[in-house]
Amino acid sequence: MSDVRLWDFAHARAGDKGDTSILSVFPLSDSNYPWLVHELTAERVQQHFGEEFRAEVRRFEVPNVHGLQFVCRQALAGGVTTSLALDAHGKSMSSRLLALRLPHPRAAQAHPDS
Amino acid sequence: MSEATTVEGGPELRSVRIGSGAGFAGDRIQPAVDLVREAALDDLVLECLAERTIALAQLRRQSDPSMGYDGRAEQWFRALLPVALDQGTRIVSNLGAANPLGAGRLAIAVAREMGRSCTVAVVTGDDVLDALDLDSPCLEDGRPLNARGPVVSANAYLGADAITPALATGAAVVLTGRVADPSLFLAPLADRLGWDLSDPATSAHGTLVGHLLECGSQLTGGYFADPGQKDVPDLATVGYPWADVSASGEIVLGKLPGTGGLLDRRTVREQLLYEIGDPGAYLTPDVVLDLYGVTLTETATDRVRVAGAAGRTRPVQLKVSVGYQAGHRAEAGISYAGPGCVERARLAGEVVRERLATLGKELRIDVVGSLSEGAEGEVAQCWLRVAGLVRSLDAAETICHKVESLYTNGPAGGGGVRTHVIEVIGIVSTLVDRDAVNPETTLLEVP
Repeated sequence: MSDVRLWDFAHARAGDKGDTSILSVFPLSDSNYPWLVHELTAERVQQHFGEEFRAEVRRFEVPNVHGLQFVCRQALAGGVTTSLALDAHGKSMSSRLLALRLPHPRAAQAHPDS
Repeated sequence: MSEATTVEGGPELRSVRIGSGAGFAGDRIQPAVDLVREAALDDLVLECLAERTIALAQLRRQSDPSMGYDGRAEQWFRALLPVALDQGTRIVSNLGAANPLGAGRLAIAVAREMGRSCTVAVVTGDDVLDALDLDSPCLEDGRPLNARGPVVSANAYLGADAITPALATGAAVVLTGRVADPSLFLAPLADRLGWDLSDPATSAHGTLVGHLLECGSQLTGGYFADPGQKDVPDLATVGYPWADVSASGEIVLGKLPGTGGLLDRRTVREQLLYEIGDPGAYLTPDVVLDLYGVTLTETATDRVRVAGAAGRTRPVQLKVSVGYQAGHRAEAGISYAGPGCVERARLAGEVVRERLATLGKELRIDVVGSLSEGAEGEVAQCWLRVAGLVRSLDAAETICHKVESLYTNGPAGGGGVRTHVIEVIGIVSTLVDRDAVNPETTLLEVP
């Protein structure tokens, strides 16, 4: 089955603490949370950003709000104070993450409203 | 103002309405004024102090001892003091930055000029530069605090217990320097609801309120809109949030009817996890907050009930943010348009890199493009951006000059050069024992 863009199935917010990018991701539909947990692994997020992420990504599951939290150390070219990036805070990291492609929710598991 | 009810056989239980009037130093002022005028707030909190802001403020204070507080403090006071004094809404803010007493004197001067009597309580003691061993390792990578550049500031994140004595004076305005952002909210809640700050349960509720509100409209539709996926009504007039908080820790979030934006489960959960490095252990000076039990319930339009915050005993030490001089950042750009514009911008970037080779510094070079209307995939115009972080102002200006000289010495059709140099303050962190930090309250008054 064809893959989908994460943007069509999830919303996200990016924050920063020093050189650490913190990405919060939630399914648009709660019923897709198991799919998100299954597909959006720390490894996939790490791969998506490639060498830009210089340390291992850590993922937290926050099921009470159907959230996934990705804590990405050494991911912001030194952090907002000394970064030379156009977006020194890394505020746009959430939108860039939503460009990631994943197997369609129907392909991963059966969901009534996917 | 607040609803006050007496429960038989128990103490007076009331709910406090606390509003967020600023989520960062550059925030919009009018929504805060609207909130004070129309929302019947007990407290309005203005959070205006980012990590590096205080170091920059420290530099301003070094060149003029009367400065060093927030650069827009006077605008905030002029806009908010009259309406806050009329409504009986207390203002709590870290606008004091590197000079809380200076900000306090300014607030007094504004009140006096307006012919208003006013008391301002100022919290100091966050500046720990003199108490710090600058050869000690930083938390980031263990190198000494002063290894990256001359240290210019060291401010401990004070907690709610440093603010409550100022609130207890009954002042109309309470100004601080560096305190933990959620503490700005926990302190007035504890003050009004009679919470014991050594109780992790109530501190968790108040810290959660602070965490959700401290970024202003990021809770109510700001930093959220994504057309077609997350639409936000009237983003241009997005309103700021408040929380109704009861003594037992019930929290209901709201916003003013008629303002733009939205407040729902999605906006709240995005902010709930915002910048949280460990959802089970968010460290503040007041508590270790656990978010795994938090539940969000939409109770009405733009109303969300929040429950389930849990807390553990606060960390033993306080975090200190240390600012150092990291040099100067140059940013310069030039635009190209029409067929081949991306290639010309790239060529220009290579030319600049070659002309700056002797600088011995790595440059960041981006080509930023915009697509032309109707012609799918074709870049209509683009912007070459050259950025470098160098020690001296001279070197930064050299970077800018090499971009500027592309006018006559670069590829065809380059125009609109813009250059910008700023002094860069870097931040590293360390920890300090609580007994090395001595917060104080100073009361200022216009009788």
